[in-house]
Amino acid sequence: MTVAYIPRTRELYSDFKPYQWVVNQTVPWTPLRKPISQSKIALMSSGGIMYRDQPRFHHEDASYRRIPKDAAREDLYVWHFGYPTADAEKDPNCVFPLERMRELEAEHIIGELSDPAFSFMGGVYSARKVREELAPRIVDELKRAHVDAFYLVPA
Amino acid sequence: MVEEAGIPTLCMTSALDITQSVKAPRAVFVNFPLGHQTGRPDDPGIQRQLVRDAMLAFETISTPGEIVKLPYIWDPDDRSWETQDYTKGWMPRRPSREHADAAEAARVARYAR
Repeated sequence: MTVAYIPRTRELYSDFKPYQWVVNQTVPWTPLRKPISQSKIALMSSGGIMYRDQPRFHHEDASYRRIPKDAAREDLYVWHFGYPTADAEKDPNCVFPLERMRELEAEHIIGELSDPAFSFMGGVYSARKVREELAPRIVDELKRAHVDAFYLVPA
Repeated sequence: MVEEAGIPTLCMTSALDITQSVKAPRAVFVNFPLGHQTGRPDDPGIQRQLVRDAMLAFETISTPGEIVKLPYIWDPDDRSWETQDYTKGWMPRRPSREHADAAEAARVARYAR
């Protein structure tokens, strides 16, 4: 069975004004220019990952954290209020597969994992804030790093 | 926005209806509980399969908005999470602000040199 999250969210937060889901009519599209084995790929998770002493996320926080691609698992922390984080705290790869991406890079399945990886806390109510504050900064980061593809893990 | 900036994107999702609503250019769906889009904890085998499948989907998806559905099952003997997750009373209590502040202070101190 596939969980219907939109009606469940409506029910779970029924004390609040109904959330207006983003409904996009068109799908933007950029074709992949080279095989994935030759592509530089950036990783981003909305699972609320922090590295070492980076500050945690706050209410309606549209900031993001830069996570070095060689970060040790013991140096990753999780803060998020919208999903149960116990398993991600135990093993961040559940929502932020940094170690797995490094392995795929070492095995030449992907060309290169872009440094750094990124994370933010996906429980931001305001879609406008994400669109106007977070997204343009991430686009800048990706352009500066000349990435060929962007892999998102929304937790 | 990233796709419009000329960078192909792929979204790993466990919430099919939300991804269909926002119309991600490319998506890979796995029917796992939220917080496990790239697998179970300390199970590098399934994590690797999921991430590898996603990388391959970058090449196989050719139609904007296409969603590749992966066949993995969270737990064949217990599907109760599908009816319980994300309903009232299900979310574990979050630590208090004081507790979170203390944890953060301890973390900052650990790395202060």
